[in-house]
Amino acid sequence: MTQSKTSPSTCLLWLRVSTLVAIQGLLLSGAVCAQAEPAESLEAASGLSGLLSMKAWSPYVAGAGIGILSWFAFLLSDHPLGVSTAFAKTSGMIEKAFRGERTLQREYYQRFVPAIDWEWMLVTGLFIGAFLSAGLSGDFMLTFTPEVWVARFGDGILWRLCVAFLGGMLIGLGARWANGCTSGHALSGTMQLVASSWVAAAGIFIGGVVTALLIF
Amino acid sequence: MLRSLHQQQRVQLVLGLIIGIFFGFFLQKGQVTRYDIIMGQLLLTDFTVAKVILTAILVGMLGIYPMKRLGLIQFHPKAGSVGSTVFGSLIFGIGFALLGYCPGTSVGAVGQGSLDALFGGVAGILAGAAIYSIIYPFVRDHIQGLGSFGEITLQELFNISETKMVMGMTVFILAVFVGLEFIGV
Repeated sequence: MTQSKTSPSTCLLWLRVSTLVAIQGLLLSGAVCAQAEPAESLEAASGLSGLLSMKAWSPYVAGAGIGILSWFAFLLSDHPLGVSTAFAKTSGMIEKAFRGERTLQREYYQRFVPAIDWEWMLVTGLFIGAFLSAGLSGDFMLTFTPEVWVARFGDGILWRLCVAFLGGMLIGLGARWANGCTSGHALSGTMQLVASSWVAAAGIFIGGVVTALLIF
Repeated sequence: MLRSLHQQQRVQLVLGLIIGIFFGFFLQKGQVTRYDIIMGQLLLTDFTVAKVILTAILVGMLGIYPMKRLGLIQFHPKAGSVGSTVFGSLIFGIGFALLGYCPGTSVGAVGQGSLDALFGGVAGILAGAAIYSIIYPFVRDHIQGLGSFGEITLQELFNISETKMVMGMTVFILAVFVGLEFIGV
């Protein structure tokens, strides 16, 4: 390989170009999005407040936003976006509240100390952000049973909660087993082009699609 | 790198919260906090989730690779193995189809009022994480080591330059988008 290492100035140019591309993409997808939902965009025609109160953005706009956000997470906080470690820490904190210091003797909690950290705050913020988004678009609604679920399994709340809990348990187990979830692996790991994260993304997708096709 | 900023723990907690607020906002606006959208992806009838995540990967990659070259950031690759990554992600995938949310989107779904994501999802994920903390020593010693492939990157795997891999991934993801829009899913 005689590929010469790109000089910093070239990189800076690259960074600028990719920022421009991202901004253009945002604008373009915004236009596509507005075309796709004429009724809403008529209501919410004006500027930023209109954008914030839209029920849905184009997936390309939302995705670009998350991509740009991860630049800031790396730059300002030296952290990739990740969620499931915060769940492990929270379960440690809950258990500690009941069983006391004995909990901390467990090897796992010596590695992932149950305490509030950057990632825990990220997940708290995630909740607030989704709440704000849903609130601004009038999309907030208390529900137990999603439509697609009801169409297949009926509207029994208890049944839905039991299956959801079982699914959640497997997710919690699997995410810690694989050392990352859809955020840590399938988003942050893949953009770093790490092979293990692409394997995890494929595993999540294959396991999910096969199971979904079996139960639906 | 902004090391002094990284070391200010209180500032970092605030930054985590702010970045999280944007994260949740984008996820909800992208509709991927919805059970119906996620199940549409797993049933291969709606590719919103793929579009969101692949755009995030593309835009993210085109920012963080140049920043890494400039020495502004460092990467945090996760080591993997068949016993850890493959087994874990398949277990995760089965749970994903049963719950219809992943850890991040379940928290986001609670924010939009989906109570199945709270009493089923969040509670279940916490329980699963607690179970893992108990079986962790066994899993680590007997299963996770199987077929280790370390922190290898795709460019190392395919033995091509970093620049070529980034360009190749860009072309690949754009081609997927063109394909998805062509099919109309």
